[in-house]
Amino acid sequence: MTEQPADPRRRTWVAIACGAGAVGTVAAAVPFVATFQPSERARAAGAPVEVDVGALKPGEKITVEWRGRPVWIVRRTPEQLASLSKHDAQLADPKSQRNPDELTPEYARNEYRSRKPELFVAVGICSHLGCSPVDRFQPGPQPSLPDDWQGGFLCPCHGSTFDMAGRVYQNKPAPTNLEVPPYTYLSDTRLLIGEDKA
Amino acid sequence: MKRLLIVLAAWLSLAGTARAADAAIAWDRFPVERITNLAALQNGARLFVNYCLNCHSAQYMRYNRMREIGLSEDQIREHLVFTSQKVGETMRVAIDPLQAKDWFGNTPPDLSVIARSRSAIGQGSGADYLYTFLRSFYRDDTKETGWNNLAFPNVGMPHVLWELQGQRSARFAEVPDPHAAGKTVQRWVGYEQIAPGTLPAHEYDLAVADLVAFLAWMAEPTQRDRVRLGVWVLLFLALCVVIAWRLNAAYWKDVH
Amino acid sequence: MADTMDAPKDASAGRRLLAWIDNRFPASRLWNEHLAQYYAPKNFNLWYYFGSLALVVLAIQIVTGIFLTMHYKPDAALAFASVEYIMRDVPWGWLVRYLHSTGASAFFIVVYLHMYRGLIYGSYRKPRELVWIFGCLIFLCLMAEAFFGYLLPWGQMSYWGAQVIVNLFAAIPFIGPDLALLIRGDYVVGDATLNRFFAFHVVAVPLALIGLVIAHIMALHEVGSNNPDGVEIKALPGDKTGVPRDGIAFHPYYTVHDIVGVAVFLFIFCAVVFFAPELGGYFLEYNNFIPANPLQTPAHIAPVWYFTPYYSMLRATTDPMVNVLAGAVVAGAVLAVWKGRSGIAGKAALAVGALVAVFLLKTFDAKFWGVVVMGAAVIVLFFLPWLDRSPVRSIRYRPGWHKAVYGLFVAFFLVLGYLGAQAPRPAGTLIAQIGTFVYFAFFLLMPWWSRLGEFKPVPERVTFAAHG
Repeated sequence: MTEQPADPRRRTWVAIACGAGAVGTVAAAVPFVATFQPSERARAAGAPVEVDVGALKPGEKITVEWRGRPVWIVRRTPEQLASLSKHDAQLADPKSQRNPDELTPEYARNEYRSRKPELFVAVGICSHLGCSPVDRFQPGPQPSLPDDWQGGFLCPCHGSTFDMAGRVYQNKPAPTNLEVPPYTYLSDTRLLIGEDKA
Repeated sequence: MKRLLIVLAAWLSLAGTARAADAAIAWDRFPVERITNLAALQNGARLFVNYCLNCHSAQYMRYNRMREIGLSEDQIREHLVFTSQKVGETMRVAIDPLQAKDWFGNTPPDLSVIARSRSAIGQGSGADYLYTFLRSFYRDDTKETGWNNLAFPNVGMPHVLWELQGQRSARFAEVPDPHAAGKTVQRWVGYEQIAPGTLPAHEYDLAVADLVAFLAWMAEPTQRDRVRLGVWVLLFLALCVVIAWRLNAAYWKDVH
Repeated sequence: MADTMDAPKDASAGRRLLAWIDNRFPASRLWNEHLAQYYAPKNFNLWYYFGSLALVVLAIQIVTGIFLTMHYKPDAALAFASVEYIMRDVPWGWLVRYLHSTGASAFFIVVYLHMYRGLIYGSYRKPRELVWIFGCLIFLCLMAEAFFGYLLPWGQMSYWGAQVIVNLFAAIPFIGPDLALLIRGDYVVGDATLNRFFAFHVVAVPLALIGLVIAHIMALHEVGSNNPDGVEIKALPGDKTGVPRDGIAFHPYYTVHDIVGVAVFLFIFCAVVFFAPELGGYFLEYNNFIPANPLQTPAHIAPVWYFTPYYSMLRATTDPMVNVLAGAVVAGAVLAVWKGRSGIAGKAALAVGALVAVFLLKTFDAKFWGVVVMGAAVIVLFFLPWLDRSPVRSIRYRPGWHKAVYGLFVAFFLVLGYLGAQAPRPAGTLIAQIGTFVYFAFFLLMPWWSRLGEFKPVPERVTFAAHG
């Protein structure tokens, strides 16, 4: 560096210039980083989905797509609802206490994991490695299922099982219960998947 | 080589057409201040979806972008989306491009950026052109649609807003051709109202101004934010120039 | 192998880290050789800002280009829509796009002014010929980069501009049509063309540009910068240190000096980006907001403004012009044979060469010669160090009327540019032809006119007025 005595004027202006430069650089960087956010097109594709469940009979399930993932809506029978309280000891997280903010919205923090008991809404993706479980609503012994099976879902990839409220059984690869997405009732027969408030 | 010749020939013939298009009238000035008038833009949006979106698409424009001109999503959904589309989708239309070409001779162009594409150096902005175009239709029974246009002679588009403006015919006079001695051309000298419309002339002009304002806004929805941000950016940079200048002086005063 | 040197035992952590690095990588040496102890003349003026500004614009284009590539789709069916996607749906995409489109034009403004500085101060003369040659190669790469990039938005101007320019290659005799087919990858400009132009624009040419810029700066630093007085500062070493008496360390003096230039440039640049990104249709052409239509040519095609001077020369080369060119070749050959100093063999070769040239001129179409003229207009720049025979380097010490010659050259270059943007007209074509002659005469007759006149004495020291 130059062998001159440190000039206070130089130092002052260098400091001011560095300050202005830092402000400018951050201000310029913000828009560029912002371009990484989901675009309007992605947001539109991720918009909430309306579902008409008027024709859904007890024991039936329909699947809709929301944000690229399958969302199940099951109209549970009274027997299925009654069975929910009977096997807490076999579940890994019966009270849905793991990752509640991500998996179980407030209105689903109950024994049915839903706003109203009859309709169960959940994202149909196994919490292990992302396969989509298949329906096993029929109770009783079946291949890959225990003898006292009450009805629920079986993931074909690695054998994880979930009950009719999407709660995962113990000693299975999947760590957490199925995710309940934000949803709300627009009317008795219409749901809006993807939004909590109407 | 042949290709180059063909291309050059195409240019020259089109240059000739350009001259014929010069016979199209000069463009009126679009009242630019309307683009910042939210009420005008909203009225323009209403006119656009009611009159234009049947044949033209605006495939790069999302319905919910109109929040930026002061409309709520519910208002947009109720009054401006006539199809089963969601409010986040783009303004596409159902018209089949092949059928459209059959009916009008040409596929109606997409209108998303029409106000930018129609600008011409030396003639005016795209908004000037559109403002003139939508107010220059006249009845012409020699045309299939029954309409012709002074700003775009032999256009395939009919006068969609005819109910508002009414029907007019155009009067022409034979004048000497300025480009070819001894020949004459038709020059437009005025309109004649054949049947009235629902709007008097100056109100029709205002309605068209609203519609064109919307088209101009839609061509670049961020234009207002751009200008507003620009003021701050330039102020900051002006400060940076001053700082840089003093920083420079602090070092160069030692150079002799 | 460098001697490993340890930092003194009580040195700070920073010093020790630097020593560790310096023992493995020439960090301090590079810093000193190219910045802190690189001595540049102290009398740089306004014309000397444009080199660093060109670097700034290159950086802007690369950064904005990377972010555009994240959203752009190089597919003929998707490209135009993807640009509108960037403008509307990508958060802040409009800003990135405008920065890139304005940056392209800014690059040419800065580079033309940078080249002009070289022209007037003789920065291309010995020992800086290689700096100039690397610079001309950069100019060629820049034109290629702009040409490839302009196809990407896939608008009407993009498409037809590419179609016309590729067809120029088809005008080359014998190999032309096959060459054009090879460039396009198809019988007309299409998806294949778009994809390869994307690869050139995003990867190939930027890499070449970066390499050439590094070579350009290395060549410059090897011999040291010129200055407005054309005086070699190294001829006058300072007292004992070996630092040139009229030299100052690039860092901090010129780093700080160039920051002012960058600030002013960014102000003007952002004024355009935020208030007039289209700049009246010259920076963003109106017709390019219409998606490419292979079946309909726009009424008026013009290249982007920075190509218009050369385009003008291409268009001006008509059949009558080719005849005049043939006449000029004959006149030139006669002059060279009569006044030249080469032997009989040399003069015979010149005469034969002239005859062959005239024969070729009359055989091939004027369109082909238009392409040649346009290419020659850029290539002639490479030879500038050997065309200039003036005894002084800088225009400051040349006869006053030389300034008028430069002024005429600039004036005609601008006129050529203006005419290139207009539709062709008979009067305009004549002026363009005259302008083409002036352009080439400026260079090709330079060995003669650069020696004429009364030259002023060149000072030993640079002219410098203290300021700051």
